Amino acid sequence: MNCIIIDDEEMARAIIGQMIDNQPDLKLIQEFPNAIEAIKFLNHIQVDLIFLDIHMPDFTGFDFIQSLKNPPKVILVTSDKNFAIEAFGYECILDYLVKPITEDRFIKAIQKAYALNKEVQIKPKSTTDLNLKEFYVNIDRRLIKIEFSKVNIVEAKGDYIYIKTENKNYVVHSTLKKIEEKLPKDLFLKVHRSFIINTKKIIDIEDNSVLIAKDVIPVSRANRPELMKRLNLL
Amino acid sequence: MEQPNSNYINDLSGDNQEFKARLIKILKKELPEEIELYFLQMKNKDLLLAAQAVHKLKHKISILGLEKSYYIAEEYENNLNGSIIILQIEFEAILRIMQKFVDCL
Repeated sequence: MNCIIIDDEEMARAIIGQMIDNQPDLKLIQEFPNAIEAIKFLNHIQVDLIFLDIHMPDFTGFDFIQSLKNPPKVILVTSDKNFAIEAFGYECILDYLVKPITEDRFIKAIQKAYALNKEVQIKPKSTTDLNLKEFYVNIDRRLIKIEFSKVNIVEAKGDYIYIKTENKNYVVHSTLKKIEEKLPKDLFLKVHRSFIINTKKIIDIEDNSVLIAKDVIPVSRANRPELMKRLNLL
Repeated sequence: MEQPNSNYINDLSGDNQEFKARLIKILKKELPEEIELYFLQMKNKDLLLAAQAVHKLKHKISILGLEKSYYIAEEYENNLNGSIIILQIEFEAILRIMQKFVDCL
């Protein structure tokens, strides 16, 4: 989840920033010493979560929320316990942290944000997120490592898939759908119901087919737009 | 009188010495600025703005583990918002103790 901090106190921003850094699913994209600068930023960039101070000169945290048409989820951060009731009046406010914040309390607050943003917790990390460079296939009771970058194409044939790499081909008892889930989405694309290709290995494209190594792979009409999107077309 | 401590900063930093140094650096920079602002508002007799300055200082008070002082600051903030300066002497004594402690960090 992308988040920002709005607090006029540098100390508070540093503390919250560090707690965000400790959370693998949170990414601090910007911090602001006042709400006006944050509003300008939010006109261009969408964020999932805001850590917002209430007491700020000129423009309070509540003023800030009211100024937004569709405010993202907000966790209030304040030295004042007296605003808790007012905070409940805003649907976007998930929690209310009283300074000085402890890490335990911070984690409880962001769990509420995670619960709303279920994808973060439920969706398994994609291969790209895990920063893996390879996958393993089971062939004749041996687990064989194959590097993603070496794979040219994957072809479905009945109950088997053919994995064609730069040097070797493998036949694995699996489905195209299963292997598609394991392959990094930024590198591979399903171009046909029977083919997944490594887009970096494309030599040329002609009408409804692509050439990869010596293989001409059909591209279905439905998948062609996505393929064209991936190309750095002049 | 209640004395400040670095417990919160130490707990928060753990083994991260770089982060601890950063927090202390910010504290050394921000605390005198906030104290100066408070005295400026008091000098200008703008008690509402002085109350805002006290409000901001409450975070530093709690960071330095001054639990009782925090409640004095809170009451003083309320007093200032009601144009009353009761607890001014006590609050300013807290500021002096904090500044002295932070200077030694």
